[in-house]
Amino acid sequence: MSANARSDGLLLGGVRRLGSAALFFVQLLIACVPALARPRLLSRQIYNAGARSLIIVMLSGLFVGMVLGLQGYDLLQRFGSEQSLGIAAALGLLRELAPVITALLFAGRAGTALTSEIGLMRATDQLTAMEIMAVDPLRYVAAPRFLGGVIAMPLLTAIFSVIGLFGAQLVGVQLMGIDHGVFWSQTQGAVALHDVNEGIVKSLVFGTACSLIAVHEGYHAAPTAEGVGLATTRTVVASSVLTLLLDYVLTAEFL
Amino acid sequence: MVDVRDVHYAVGGREIFSGLTLRARAGRITAVMGPSGAGKTTLLRLITAQNSADSGEVRVFGQDVARLSGREIYGIRQRMGMLFQNGALLTDMSVFENVAFPVREHSDLPEPLIRMLVLTKLQAVGLRGAAQLMPAELSGGMARRVALARAIVMDPEVLIYDEPFVGLDPISLGVILRLIKHMNQALGITSIVVSHDVVELAKIADDSYLMSAGRIVATGAPAELAASDSPAVHQFMTGSPEGPVAFHYPAPDYAAQLFDEADR
Repeated sequence: MSANARSDGLLLGGVRRLGSAALFFVQLLIACVPALARPRLLSRQIYNAGARSLIIVMLSGLFVGMVLGLQGYDLLQRFGSEQSLGIAAALGLLRELAPVITALLFAGRAGTALTSEIGLMRATDQLTAMEIMAVDPLRYVAAPRFLGGVIAMPLLTAIFSVIGLFGAQLVGVQLMGIDHGVFWSQTQGAVALHDVNEGIVKSLVFGTACSLIAVHEGYHAAPTAEGVGLATTRTVVASSVLTLLLDYVLTAEFL
Repeated sequence: MVDVRDVHYAVGGREIFSGLTLRARAGRITAVMGPSGAGKTTLLRLITAQNSADSGEVRVFGQDVARLSGREIYGIRQRMGMLFQNGALLTDMSVFENVAFPVREHSDLPEPLIRMLVLTKLQAVGLRGAAQLMPAELSGGMARRVALARAIVMDPEVLIYDEPFVGLDPISLGVILRLIKHMNQALGITSIVVSHDVVELAKIADDSYLMSAGRIVATGAPAELAASDSPAVHQFMTGSPEGPVAFHYPAPDYAAQLFDEADR
């Protein structure tokens, strides 16, 4: 096969996959309406995607905040403005680091779990069995999991921000000796509502993108061990790249 | 009940069915036999409207499934039950919840009534005591019996069995055979059993169809098939490697390939 034909094939495959995901997104949105009327199913999926990711999100938040504290302090003291560490940490976390890192962690933990679970349901005929029982798997399996991810992401991002800020404070105030009152008052004074909004919007967009990719890949995985493995890998890769791409677009839009 | 007429169906250019015709009559057990790869499971996918035929008709309850909307197909499926080869139980639910699943989805029955219904069906398959177990805790035979309880919980008019005897020990196999016969006789369910297990099917089937190379090569009662002098039927019924159905997948000449590759 010539290089041209191969690149044409790749391009065509990419376009087909994109089209399939877009179509699936529309079907999923329609299926979300009845799924919202099933709070038990939905709360279980919020628990699976959200509560089960809490520990890694909190631990990562703490360490990212502490690193931010160290790096921020080192940088700011060169200009004699180490008192502003709270502002740097809060804005960095709220607007950028918390939504992006939470989305990457979500893709690795909850996204892979979603893809492999749905893929295995496909491989073991569970989805087909539902169809034969006249139950739409899109409504029963895919939509609640998608919604669970979309709802869990902003909550996880908020927790990441709070823990991260605590970590930065731990390093800045407890370790480096910045005044406690100055740290918090400067943070409070500099953070505006639109900074918080930026984080919320980003986390909602990332939550939608990562959950859509995870559910789509699982739902369309080849019904074999290799197929489910490949779909899981694609979930992590596509979610991570798309998160970073969307982050650039959203940041450019907000600035 | 189920009428398949002159169906042609191909996947990726490979012809699966070329003029397939068969009929499952009401209240009878119809066996569809054939070697592996004959398209038995594909036939079930056509009957349950998961796939559509390229040409010909698949009529279920008198309706051509290819002409039905999604909602109408779901309506037809509510009147059918299907037993999958591996059971296809929902792994995140207990046995009880699995059997209750179609009832909860399609009715507003009060919980005590659902409980009674589920326990009755589990009793029929001998697994009332396993109601609280999870699918992972069941043996293959038990999982298939639970799947059978789930398939009959909505009192279907047609019950489809996909390879129900595969991988079962003699006791489980006897139980499943007895249950298929019982469901048919006691509940009057029209049954379609797809399998390559000639001996077991002969014990319960009223009508039999033998599939080979995408079409029906013989039909009749199991005893008539056994007495057939057609080479294809004889080969399948006696399990002989010699006959029209080749044991070997198409390949170049054996000796030529061996020595050609050795020379290379």
